[in-house]
Amino acid sequence: MIAFENVAYSYGGGDLLSDVSLRLAPGSFHFLTGPSGAGKSTFLKLAYAELQPTNGRVTLFDRDVTSLSRDDVARTRRRIGIVHQDCKFLDHLTLAANMALPFTVSDRESDPQDMDDLLGWVGLDHLADAYPLQLSGGERQRAALARAVIVDPDVILADEPTGNVDWEMSLRILTLLVELNKMGKTILVATHDLNLIRQAKAQIQARVLRIAKHRVQLAGADL
Amino acid sequence: MRFPKAKPASPATRALQVVPPSGPTAWLTTFTAGAMTFLCVFALALSLASGRLADRWSDALAKTATIRLSAPVEQVQLQTDAILATLATTPGIASFRLIDDAETRALLEPWFGPGLPVEALPIPRLIEVVEAEPGYDSQGLRQRLAAEAPGAVLDDHTRWRRPLAEAAGRIRLLGVLSIALIGAAMAAMITLAARAALATNSQEIRVLRLVGAKDSYIARAFVRRFTLRTLGGALVGAAAGMAGVAALPAADAAGGFLTGLGFTGTAWLWPLALPPLAALVAFLATRRAAFQKLRELT
Repeated sequence: MIAFENVAYSYGGGDLLSDVSLRLAPGSFHFLTGPSGAGKSTFLKLAYAELQPTNGRVTLFDRDVTSLSRDDVARTRRRIGIVHQDCKFLDHLTLAANMALPFTVSDRESDPQDMDDLLGWVGLDHLADAYPLQLSGGERQRAALARAVIVDPDVILADEPTGNVDWEMSLRILTLLVELNKMGKTILVATHDLNLIRQAKAQIQARVLRIAKHRVQLAGADL
Repeated sequence: MRFPKAKPASPATRALQVVPPSGPTAWLTTFTAGAMTFLCVFALALSLASGRLADRWSDALAKTATIRLSAPVEQVQLQTDAILATLATTPGIASFRLIDDAETRALLEPWFGPGLPVEALPIPRLIEVVEAEPGYDSQGLRQRLAAEAPGAVLDDHTRWRRPLAEAAGRIRLLGVLSIALIGAAMAAMITLAARAALATNSQEIRVLRLVGAKDSYIARAFVRRFTLRTLGGALVGAAAGMAGVAALPAADAAGGFLTGLGFTGTAWLWPLALPPLAALVAFLATRRAAFQKLRELT
């Protein structure tokens, strides 16, 4: 699905990642952890073709990212749900319109009843007509997750999805991710929150990867 | 939870504005388009008027010539007869006539006032020559006149006509050049405005790219908006320009260049072509700017 083969990424003369090899199997759940600045976000950006490796090969759905045109990248991203810590929205559109964006940009629309169901799933059904700036941090995170999954993607990549919310909301978001994984989605969550990882491992079988010294390694038994 | 099923979007959804509806560049585009089109209407009027003028001057002067005879009093009639005889045998001349004293007096009256004693003044005799198709050989006629009537001078108005026609032609060229420059300036302004709008909305563009929007989709939203704004501004500018031209003093037979600066007949349709043309310029300029900027931004 997503595979890294001896991938390196350098920026400004220094290595951020080097010799990274990894394969995300369909239906797997991975955490990616490491200190701030270790390269977690860079890893995710490589995984959704925002960046291209300076060495090695990244393949998305069996296609080398370097061979993808800009339109191909756009089409590929419709198979990947992306959630960011700062979860950006279009502030002039309502929450419902924002959630529907992945459909809108491909000249499609969703059934209103299905949209209501999705909003209900993330607990935001009462905020469909609210604007992003009216939402709290936790509501924005859940809205971002709903937007990421609306097109039924194969993979969900989440970059610190619980970075701006309290523990209770973190658990709620984790529960949603676990549910998605149980539906067969491949999940990769970058986080530095080790408690969240432990909590997840109590519920599902998740692999934990750690970035250290520019390399990605399988974490030890402590996780 | 079940994932929403997709279906083709309705036109209303397709028209969903994924970029913020207003911004600092919104008024700039509309104003620029309006002002430029307004100026374009006048440049067009200038160009068309100078074209008409060039044609009129050329036509009016090209078909006639004047023979001026200055000779000693005792030679005047003799040389006049010689000239008339020469003209009668010159091919390419449709007609000729001797301008009599009354007509000469009328011609001079605006400068010297009424009651001019033409008989007492050494005023040259004038003979008007109307050219046929094809015309006569003016060089050959000059040589014959020099032989038959040494006091005769053929004036075929070339020295008047050529600079006038050239001047009018250049004014027309300047008008066309002005329209081209105005169009280029408008394209440049709209390009700047579009690039500024894209830069202002870079965050929104990143979001759209993340959710799978193609460049063409994002560009379409900007291009549509800028094209419509330009069309709106240009319509107002064209209407204002046409009203301004219509308010100019009407041309009459004695009208000069300024009073003839307007549209006549079907020429009024020309300014109506400007708003669609401005919209086309905006479409092309915004589209180019959008694709360039999108590659820079994401």
